[in-house]
Amino acid sequence: MTIFSKNRPVRVRFASSELERIAERILKHSEADETEVEISSGVDALTRFANNTIHQNVAEQTLGISVRAVADGRTARSSTNKTDDESLRRVTAAALSLARNQPRNPDLLPMLRAQKYRKVARFSAATAETAPQDRARSVTRVCKMADKAKQTAAGIFSTGAYRSLTANSRGLSACYEQTRSEFSVTILEDASSGWAKSNSPDVRNLDPDALAESASRKAAESRKPMELPPGHYTTILEPSAVLDLVGFLFYDFAGTAVLDQRSSFTGRMGKKVFGENITLWDDVYHPLQTGAPYDGEGFPREKVLLVDRGVPKNLVYSRATAKKMKAKPTGHGFPLPNEQGEAPMNLVFAGGDVSVEDMVRSTERGILVTRLWYIREVDPYKKILTGMTRDGTFLVENGRVAAGIRNFRFNQSVIEMLSNVQALGPAVRAAGEESFEMVVPAMKVGNFHFSEVTKF
Amino acid sequence: MMKDWASWALDTAKRRGASYADVRVMDIRHRDISTKNGEVGNLAEGESLGLGIRVIAAGAWGFASTDLLTREGVQACAAEAVAIARASSLAKHENVALVPEKAWQDTWQNPFLKDPFRIPVERQIDLLLAADKEMRRVKGVTVAEGCMVFRRIDQFFASSAGSAIHQIKMQSGAGIVATAFSGNEIQKRSYPNSFGGQHMLQGYELVESLDLVGHAQRIAEECVALHSAPQCPEGQGTIILDSSQLGLQIHESIGHPIELDRVLGMEANFAGMSFLTTEKLRKLQYGSEIVNVVADARLEHGPGLGTFAYDDEGVPAQCTPIITNGLFTGYLSSRDTAASIGEKRSGGTVRTESWNRLPMIRMTNISINPGTWKYDDLIADTDRAILMETNRSWSIDDRRYHFQFSTEIGWEVKGGKKGRMLKNPSYSGITTEFWNNCDAICSRDYWTLWGTPNCGKGQPMQTMGTGHGASPARFRNVKIGAAFAK
Repeated sequence: MTIFSKNRPVRVRFASSELERIAERILKHSEADETEVEISSGVDALTRFANNTIHQNVAEQTLGISVRAVADGRTARSSTNKTDDESLRRVTAAALSLARNQPRNPDLLPMLRAQKYRKVARFSAATAETAPQDRARSVTRVCKMADKAKQTAAGIFSTGAYRSLTANSRGLSACYEQTRSEFSVTILEDASSGWAKSNSPDVRNLDPDALAESASRKAAESRKPMELPPGHYTTILEPSAVLDLVGFLFYDFAGTAVLDQRSSFTGRMGKKVFGENITLWDDVYHPLQTGAPYDGEGFPREKVLLVDRGVPKNLVYSRATAKKMKAKPTGHGFPLPNEQGEAPMNLVFAGGDVSVEDMVRSTERGILVTRLWYIREVDPYKKILTGMTRDGTFLVENGRVAAGIRNFRFNQSVIEMLSNVQALGPAVRAAGEESFEMVVPAMKVGNFHFSEVTKF
Repeated sequence: MMKDWASWALDTAKRRGASYADVRVMDIRHRDISTKNGEVGNLAEGESLGLGIRVIAAGAWGFASTDLLTREGVQACAAEAVAIARASSLAKHENVALVPEKAWQDTWQNPFLKDPFRIPVERQIDLLLAADKEMRRVKGVTVAEGCMVFRRIDQFFASSAGSAIHQIKMQSGAGIVATAFSGNEIQKRSYPNSFGGQHMLQGYELVESLDLVGHAQRIAEECVALHSAPQCPEGQGTIILDSSQLGLQIHESIGHPIELDRVLGMEANFAGMSFLTTEKLRKLQYGSEIVNVVADARLEHGPGLGTFAYDDEGVPAQCTPIITNGLFTGYLSSRDTAASIGEKRSGGTVRTESWNRLPMIRMTNISINPGTWKYDDLIADTDRAILMETNRSWSIDDRRYHFQFSTEIGWEVKGGKKGRMLKNPSYSGITTEFWNNCDAICSRDYWTLWGTPNCGKGQPMQTMGTGHGASPARFRNVKIGAAFAK
């Protein structure tokens, strides 16, 4: 139950054994042919700062109980956050009632029996023990650094933990716990800004001071930005920028997306689509990745080679999609019922050994991009994306960063971009704002299309 | 019990030294249905009940939330909020100041005719599957989809200043989409709008009024026809936007930049800032003289997703002139941001997604007032233009200057007549230049209050529904087709 003292964090309310007892109560109540229970108990806290002061500082404690019922080849889901007997009975009955009142689903498979999972350890006591004062002290240090440099800092420092259970009436029981921590900082000057962000299950892997110093340096180096004409430029994308672009490809690797003919890999599997230097996996077990070792139905996740030296080789499949496409399930299904099927959520790119500094040194004239913003899909098959550069965009000339520049709009096919990669950095765990975290390298790409320029 | 929970929280906060506290108890129920290619995709219902408390202690803000609604759980949550506020004060420059607001005691519920949760779910599924069938009858359609979303938000607000406000809001939404893959292109058409259809503060009568089945065949045929339509040309010229696309244009290039928290730098790390710095208030010519925009949360504006009686700081719904005859005249504000710029009262625009999120400035109904044109007259008056309908993609920089939109379908307008279909239309520009090039707006007969259910802002991210009233309008000298330019 809730443990709270003045200088301690709120902890995850339910132990694994308590989650199991709630699941047992639901399974006992249920009159469905089959029943699945998903329960998640979590705490999250986030300290937000702007104008060199903390302006928002929040904490939440949450519980989610979700019941899926199957009746005569039909399935539906109902959820609550209440644990009393009446609520558990009601949510269980509601799932069954919803399931009964719809047409039969020909793709529905029996629920899974008990599965074996590879162990992953992603719970850090240090993260779980982080108190508001700990976050505030780090933030205060960063704000003072900014004050001293006559700059303005804005950002977040968040920590959290959750524990979840998936269980069903056929004996499956899968439990997972994880912590998360994140620090993101924007440093502003009158006409420029810099940004840095990092996250990890273990808060000790974050270095707020170093992130703030990096953002501060970028803001200072891009002071008085000059305006460049739009056009095609050799472009060095830092890992966060790469992440936010390639993140738009993730659903294209879903079996369902290809089946529905709305994947950019429709008709392109097994063909050379990207450059020889592009190899990509989905791998939840990678040491820099996070997440549970099973999918929304409790099926064990597999490591899948998605792209091998430029050739899309494999897709990921939920159980139902695998059956329809005569493939093996890979453990990437979303909780049922859903219409999307599945997706790889733990992308890992093969990296190279060229640092961003070396990419700059080898560039006669080009653009260095820290981060991208408001990316949207313009053409889903050619995979043309649009968006803006943000918080640190630079002209590179004669092997050095020459000046900050006004932000560009880009309209660029990701497929063409990944066919035109001239150098790769080491793959790192990167964080952006448009996509989930993945392991990606910095990239130097040729002929990147910046179509327009904005006013700052 | 809502009042009891709120009072336990407020009492604890005051006892722990909070100089101000407000509490939101929210009980949210939802039903989500989707169909795809003749089958039910998602079918889910849910409920979520909890409490969030926001306090000022030691001159700084703190917020905590819980769904453990025992006396012990609520008191621990309130104590946590005070402890967080004290931690916030470590990096404080000055004490938080709020503009005054009267204590209100009130109860309000939005009017609706049919409770969507009392409509049998099989009837709702049948309607979506009927529209699905109509779309798939058209040869070339590869995916047919439909969705319905219903939400009932029962919320109680109480503050240490004495407010006690109970509101119930019922929201409904529905839409259909046809997708066609052919050659090396994917095209889609949506009705009545893209990205989830139309959403309003109404009951099931909204869904019935949309006639999804009646429009299914048309959008499916248009979707397939787009494959053989010519590409929208590139260049500088005139565009006419349908009301749904204009609604999103308002959202992105007016609604967000007028958020005072963005202007003051409070969103600098994530959502971004705004070009509308405070010295521009009542000085900047935002648009042409026919452009009049309001932020109106009152029911008389219409049952939009930004309609309520009180915001989540307990401030009554208001109508704020944002652009008046083209002149920039107002921001969206909260009690603390209004104090920061010397305003006397909050604009009443603060909302929260749920009990576990901090309330913050959100768009209400940001609407452009109707003009005088009949639609047919507007087309007849236009010598050469591209008519663009239904958003397909949208993007704008983090200060809300430079935008680019593309729509699902375009039509050539030539010699005062709507002509051939065009595929992949897009346009881009700078916000103030674009709005100053608006030279015609259609009348009230063509005005629709659109609902945008998916507006993201804040850290942790909150999704909020906003309203945007608009009628078709014409813009001169716009850059067309840059999205597909080589």
